[in-house]
Amino acid sequence: MTTLFTILFDGVAYGMLLFVLACGLAVTLGLMNFVNLAHGAFAMAGGYICAVLVNNSGWPFFAALPLAFVVSAAIGVVLERALYRHLYARSHLDQVLFSIGLVFMSVAAVDYIMGSSRVFIKLPAALEGQFDVFGVGIGRYRLMIIVICGLLTVALQLILARTRFGSRLRAAVDDPRAAIGLGINVPQVFAITFAFGCGLAGLGGALSAEILGLDPYFPLKFMIYFLIVVTVGGSSSITGPFLASLLLGIGDVAGKYYVPKMGPFVIYTIMIVILIWRPNGLFGRTAAR
Amino acid sequence: MTTLPDVSTDAIASARWRPGEIAFWIVVVACGFLFPSRYLIMTDIVRLALFALSLDLILGYAGIVSLGHAAFFGVGAYSAGLLALHGIINEPVVALVVAGFAAMVLGFFTSFLVIRGVDLTRLMVTLGIALLLEALAERFSNITGGTDGLQGIEMQPILGRFAFDIFGKTGFFYSLIVLFLLFLLARRIVHSPFGLSLRAIRNNPLRAAAIGIPVNRRLIAIYTVSAFYAGVAGALFTQTTALASLDVFSFERSADLMLMLVIGGTGYLYGGLIGAVVFKMLQELFSTITPQYWLFWIGLVLVVIVLIGRARIHRWALWLPNLVIRQFAGRRAVVVVPESDPS
Repeated sequence: MTTLFTILFDGVAYGMLLFVLACGLAVTLGLMNFVNLAHGAFAMAGGYICAVLVNNSGWPFFAALPLAFVVSAAIGVVLERALYRHLYARSHLDQVLFSIGLVFMSVAAVDYIMGSSRVFIKLPAALEGQFDVFGVGIGRYRLMIIVICGLLTVALQLILARTRFGSRLRAAVDDPRAAIGLGINVPQVFAITFAFGCGLAGLGGALSAEILGLDPYFPLKFMIYFLIVVTVGGSSSITGPFLASLLLGIGDVAGKYYVPKMGPFVIYTIMIVILIWRPNGLFGRTAAR
Repeated sequence: MTTLPDVSTDAIASARWRPGEIAFWIVVVACGFLFPSRYLIMTDIVRLALFALSLDLILGYAGIVSLGHAAFFGVGAYSAGLLALHGIINEPVVALVVAGFAAMVLGFFTSFLVIRGVDLTRLMVTLGIALLLEALAERFSNITGGTDGLQGIEMQPILGRFAFDIFGKTGFFYSLIVLFLLFLLARRIVHSPFGLSLRAIRNNPLRAAAIGIPVNRRLIAIYTVSAFYAGVAGALFTQTTALASLDVFSFERSADLMLMLVIGGTGYLYGGLIGAVVFKMLQELFSTITPQYWLFWIGLVLVVIVLIGRARIHRWALWLPNLVIRQFAGRRAVVVVPESDPS
């Protein structure tokens, strides 16, 4: 029974992490209809920035996290303005090719600068180890991830539902032409959202170095996971990807624990079945755009 | 209004062999005799060309975007490897066809998953199937040899006559003949009414359905054929290198394939062939400059190609050959111009 709770706890932490990593992609892919396979590259950037700051420059871990967010977002906004925006109107094939190209470049560049071995971030002592609650082992680091990601999710939901920017974004997504007609600067809204999503990915990358492992092949290894979150979760709200990430996280941890020999087999099968059953995702809108 | 006879004469005219095409194949065969020291890399190019041809059939002609075409390549490679390793079918040509059929069966069954949904779902499903097979191959390592791959494959002579030699001469001509025969078949397919209906589907599925083309059945058919081609390419890989390892299923293989096709141009049969040559040369060039980081340059090539625009690059590339051919054969004989991609 206690193992079940431990699996559940680890799964939730993993899922929350995936959500923070992938929710930027939910916007670009789900809402702006841009197939960005390079999303993991931004996460990797965040992870490496955090690693360099903490390990080499001796920054405290919690100070490096916001900087990972800011720098990844800055990279995101530069790339969006310079490259991505030319491709919004292109075919999916072009977008796929372009973003695969970016992934390859980022993988080789990081390999060149940082070396190909896995990087670890030195954690503060307060985050190491675990404590028991009714016999269930709770890892401190995972607990922190759940708290941070939970707060972020609530904040995102509030921004999207309550603020002026949130309503602009929803309008721009629902009908870009009508939104432009109402005086909303749609490209700007998309650029800000894109940058914010990249920043979140960077933050997620920094947080995930401990759990998922950080090496130059990170964007390729986890690309499929991000895509699963978005395609299975659908894009109508933030709740869909959130539930999908939790499902994926718990499913993956449980699968690895109970049927370790099957590897990632379980996840891929579930994904294909869900996509066949509901091509627009579990919580998606019915109209395909 | 175009009447039916016009369409058919037009189709027959466009299916005729052009001087440029004949010249292309003569050059290819000449390469086999001119560079006897480079058989291994040329064999690699021929295999890649066949693989790219296979993707072109579904991407260029039917408009199906696939990120997991390596799945069929891998199935073909492992089938050929297992057949040879356990001595089930010793004759390479028969084994090649059987391996192709194995991939074809997989293609037929997965095609039902692929024809559902839009681009994005297709990308995910094809990618998922390739990853699934990779995970399966890793799981059943007692059959596939796991990460070490199949080892100790010994190939019997082709048709009992031509033994594989260490210089790869037999392997090269064997691959080239297979490529040429399958190319002829592909050429016949795309110029047939069936091929024309595929192009109609690619340009507008709704309209194609409205004029009475059974869209789903046609897509299933071409996907299955394409899987056969990819399976044969995979089997050639195993037979000429006597090796099959897990990386036949890898995502990089599918991505490289896309790049090849994009360099060469989609929607005309020579695209994959030319793309394979250029890709392999680029790869060689980059890996001599920076052995470890050639991936970076490949990525850069992809980004630049997309940003400039694929159609524009092909117009530039075809300018010179077109000029030469016009000088020799008059205005009417123009080399094949790649069709623009639907967006």
